[in-house]
Amino acid sequence: MLNTYVVYVENKPGVLTRVASLFRRRAFNIDSLTVGRTEKPEVSRMTITVEADPDQARRIEANLYKLVNVLLVENITTAPAIVRDLAMIKVAAMHEARSHVLELASVFRARVVDVAPESLIIEITGGDDKIDGLLEMLRPYGVLEMVRTGIVAMRRGSKCSSVVSTANPVAQLAADDDVQYSV
Amino acid sequence: MKKTGAQIIWECLEREGVTHVFGYPGGAILPAYDALKHSRVHHVLVRHEQGATHMADGYARASGQVGVAVATSGPGATNMVTGIATAMMDSSPIVCITGQVGSKLIGSDAFQETDITGITLPITKHNYLVTHVGDLARTLREAFYVARSGRPGPVLVDITKDAQQSACEFDWESAAPQLPGYRPDLSPASHEYEHALQLIHNAKRPVILLGHGAILSGAMREVRDLAERAGIPVALTLLGLGALSASHPLNLGMMGMHGEAWVNHTIQEADLLIALGMRFDDRVTGNLKTYAPTAKKIHVEIDPAEINKNVKVDVALVGDLREVLREMLPRIESIDRSEWLDFIDGLKGQSAVRDIQNLPDNGHLYAAHVINDLWRETRGSNTVVVTDVGQHQMWEAQYYKHEEPRSLITSGGLGTMGFALPAAIGVKVARPEAEVWVVVGDGGFQMTMCELATMVQENLKINIAIINNGYLGMVRQWQEFFYERNYQATPLLNPDFAKIAEAYGIRTATVTQRSQVVPSVQSARQNDGPVLINFQVEQEDTVYPMVAAGAALHEMIRRPGPIVETAADE
Repeated sequence: MLNTYVVYVENKPGVLTRVASLFRRRAFNIDSLTVGRTEKPEVSRMTITVEADPDQARRIEANLYKLVNVLLVENITTAPAIVRDLAMIKVAAMHEARSHVLELASVFRARVVDVAPESLIIEITGGDDKIDGLLEMLRPYGVLEMVRTGIVAMRRGSKCSSVVSTANPVAQLAADDDVQYSV
Repeated sequence: MKKTGAQIIWECLEREGVTHVFGYPGGAILPAYDALKHSRVHHVLVRHEQGATHMADGYARASGQVGVAVATSGPGATNMVTGIATAMMDSSPIVCITGQVGSKLIGSDAFQETDITGITLPITKHNYLVTHVGDLARTLREAFYVARSGRPGPVLVDITKDAQQSACEFDWESAAPQLPGYRPDLSPASHEYEHALQLIHNAKRPVILLGHGAILSGAMREVRDLAERAGIPVALTLLGLGALSASHPLNLGMMGMHGEAWVNHTIQEADLLIALGMRFDDRVTGNLKTYAPTAKKIHVEIDPAEINKNVKVDVALVGDLREVLREMLPRIESIDRSEWLDFIDGLKGQSAVRDIQNLPDNGHLYAAHVINDLWRETRGSNTVVVTDVGQHQMWEAQYYKHEEPRSLITSGGLGTMGFALPAAIGVKVARPEAEVWVVVGDGGFQMTMCELATMVQENLKINIAIINNGYLGMVRQWQEFFYERNYQATPLLNPDFAKIAEAYGIRTATVTQRSQVVPSVQSARQNDGPVLINFQVEQEDTVYPMVAAGAALHEMIRRPGPIVETAADE
């Protein structure tokens, strides 16, 4: 099962290496990892997706907490959340193909961000399915180049992933029904 | 008051309570060594940086205090890697301080530059690169705090030469650790206690599995109280030996690959395992599919990442063992489990083929005899045995009965050959009043025997027993069992150990007969200086019993031979 973690870390040199090294060391395969600034300059936020069964998922969380620079880990796999990935796709669009490509882009609510005589760059934001869907439709026209950011995720509703709490986050999570160290 | 980085290093060490460091100087750490002159810290000059880390490790394990090793950049730092990994696997609190090339040279492949924080990333609990003197005091404070708190472990602090040379205002108070994400102080929820107590009270055939965590947490007394109050027998891991007195009636002895057969049988028959400060290492579980098939499992462990890692448990109590047991003890009911204890006694009777009693009486000296005699001679005194890795390590664990915590120091998790001699130096420095014995094979001894010079230079009274069988014995044993006696690369051509000892001015004896063992031990104990005894033992002896790697825990290979019931093992 693909698990999605939101991980808050101290914004310090080498922290990304520590997190990536952990997954390598424990033989877990990262599917996607993004990292960026948050509303607090001293804190960075990662979104990590990784293939793992429920037991492995718990151990990944516990191992992340062992890293001294990790502030908060949330497995939001089963939580209602907005998950987004951004892709830029450079597609061949000559003559009559061009109007078809533009039409597809509009159906997928993607934006054309660059127009050249023989190609277009389409920018699309969404979940994996949506981007994969557009990509499949564009392939016959000739996808020349593509780049994706990897996913970012945020819980829905007013419940926040926040690092201000001074209470012990592991204990908090352990009190939840879905995340527990005992089985 | 303004101080240089070099001065700040020693000032911080003193304030952390450090009295001794183990180190080796070099270019990038020279500013720190220059400032050593004005420090109260005693520097032990090692002969190889690996030795420095093992000494710091031995110091930590013997005393419970953080051990400190110092080295220069590049090769000095990389030589520490084995010792750091050893401390990591066995949760030993050490702080390693390394010099680094100037911050402006980092990344330029400068002379003796190496990325030691990158190299040690997976084998340290945490590590730091300090490039600004202003960060130094706080970083060192954090390093000591992280090393000793929670599940202890090694922390490395890499300090650039310019950070040692430049100066800043030093203020200890304002350099307090800032570790917002570090949480060493977990404690279980109340419903988890309830569940655990319920399992304990309902169990008919419970066993406590006791590990190193009991010693690290200082929970020896609480463990004994739990065992006695609830009438639960206790099996120990290698690193747990000493956490409950070997002579305690509820102490079954060591479990696992070379544990006593009845201990492993007991675990396989149990209906409840209470794992206290141990991590279900593959050397104690055997095949996980057949491990304790009828048992529920309670796991008390400070590191949440250990829960359900190898063995799935029914209740996990994540927290400090002593705190958890203190919480539980008042609610533990006294239960009569004599039926279960009688059953275990029965197992003992059936399988109490003490290896030592089945040794052939052919005039040869056996390692088991040496260990057994050493134990008889030194029992009751304040003795610490430091073992290396291999056959002699298992024989020591089987035949030396450890009554006190921290009386056996050995490399368990990593299995580092060459550990014993340098670790013993750290032990003796930490506990000068203790009698220290190194029990080491002829192979492992030659890996770090350069540290004999350190021992002599520091004037340390350490007794060294080389269990010399002319083989890399444990590897030979595996070749015997699993590789059709194809003894590739295991016979050793050894130097004359007596002459080596003499070269360092160390007293020496060579023992080939059983009758010489006790006199040689007595003579070594009476001698003021270090003594090295070369015990030339039977070459192709085997450690029994043995659970083959991957076999079920109760499927043990036993020594062939008759059952002779004697009082030999008391």
